[in-house]
Amino acid sequence: MLGEKAYSLVKELEDRQCEILPYNTDLVTEIATEIVHLYDQNHQDVRLEDSRTPGTSTNLMPTVRMRHAAIQRNQRCLLAYHYNRLRLLRQMRWEFGSILPTELKENLSAAENGWFNKYSTILGKYMRSIGENGGLNLAVDLKPPKALFIEVRCLVDYGKLELNDGTNVLLKKNSQHFLPRSECEELIRRGILQHIAN
Amino acid sequence: MIKLKIVLEHSYYPNYFAIEDIIATQEKAPCKFLVNIPKLGKLNAASEEDDLKAGTSLELPVWLVQQLASGRQPLVTIDLPKSYKPAYREILKADATAVDLHKFGLYFYELGCHIAQFDNQGDVREILVHTFTTRFKQLMDLADNIGLDPSAIDKLDMLERKLFKDGNLARNLLNNWLNNSIIPMGAATMVVNHRKRKRINVE
Repeated sequence: MLGEKAYSLVKELEDRQCEILPYNTDLVTEIATEIVHLYDQNHQDVRLEDSRTPGTSTNLMPTVRMRHAAIQRNQRCLLAYHYNRLRLLRQMRWEFGSILPTELKENLSAAENGWFNKYSTILGKYMRSIGENGGLNLAVDLKPPKALFIEVRCLVDYGKLELNDGTNVLLKKNSQHFLPRSECEELIRRGILQHIAN
Repeated sequence: MIKLKIVLEHSYYPNYFAIEDIIATQEKAPCKFLVNIPKLGKLNAASEEDDLKAGTSLELPVWLVQQLASGRQPLVTIDLPKSYKPAYREILKADATAVDLHKFGLYFYELGCHIAQFDNQGDVREILVHTFTTRFKQLMDLADNIGLDPSAIDKLDMLERKLFKDGNLARNLLNNWLNNSIIPMGAATMVVNHRKRKRINVE
């Protein structure tokens, strides 16, 4: 009743603040059950309290107050857990792009997955609606460019990359290329290419 | 690699969703019950009675004590936790910079703000401000010149650690910018962390 379960749920978030851990269905259900249980007990006691003539038998109000505080605490922890996970998820949309690595996707609950897809759609729609000719990608050009072309090194075997002008570049591990900045920024963000400055 | 994202999301009370605040308020504070609480005897591990009797002294989490001690009819009186008692306050008054605040409590300031409500003389409030202002100069110095003594970070409470982290990051960014204004693009922080973890798993 002292919120230990709810505490350990929130504690999970504290330890790994930049990583999404598997959604803790068990603990969330347990806490929800605890809330319902406390609520039922309170409901009963309030009824008893109503039918009681003043001055007789024991006053149950202090008990009700204590349980109520516990309910509120549990509720706060549950909400904080979900809210903070959503914030993380939103950040992930910006850093990983619209497709998450499967290992991370497995850690989301069904509802979170739905939220992520919706958020992604809304964001995409917004980016298409602004700027001239076909939208503006807000996830690129995070830093002011100094030159149109940049030197990059490939960190993984990625395969063929087709540039806007139609030329194909084979991105093999450890190969170096001189590419248009606009075309490789996203790959750099995703950790496939490495920008070599100087 | 330079981390470009400066996270300044210090969420503090009264932020309902703040993880720090939730964790800080789970700390226990000694309190004494003023009235009988029927049916909740199990909270007191030492007795086997059904009711929690008036006069029982227990250590309960701050979030609960706060609820019980407030209002028109307080159910408990609260006593200050150890780190905020006069003896400890004297230590902080003597020289706050020499203290290992991490040992005083992980969330010394955060919890202190909650505890201060129950201290009518205002001594706790005073000591919080005093401690912070005295230690802040040292904290800034540390953030600007890490490398001097890495173990000094161990003596900071969580708020100070965050300030240190942000201050240090900002200092590094500035240094880098002063040294060379070409900022290479890097992979997103989350992507980098994810890779590292993957590599560890494979090994």
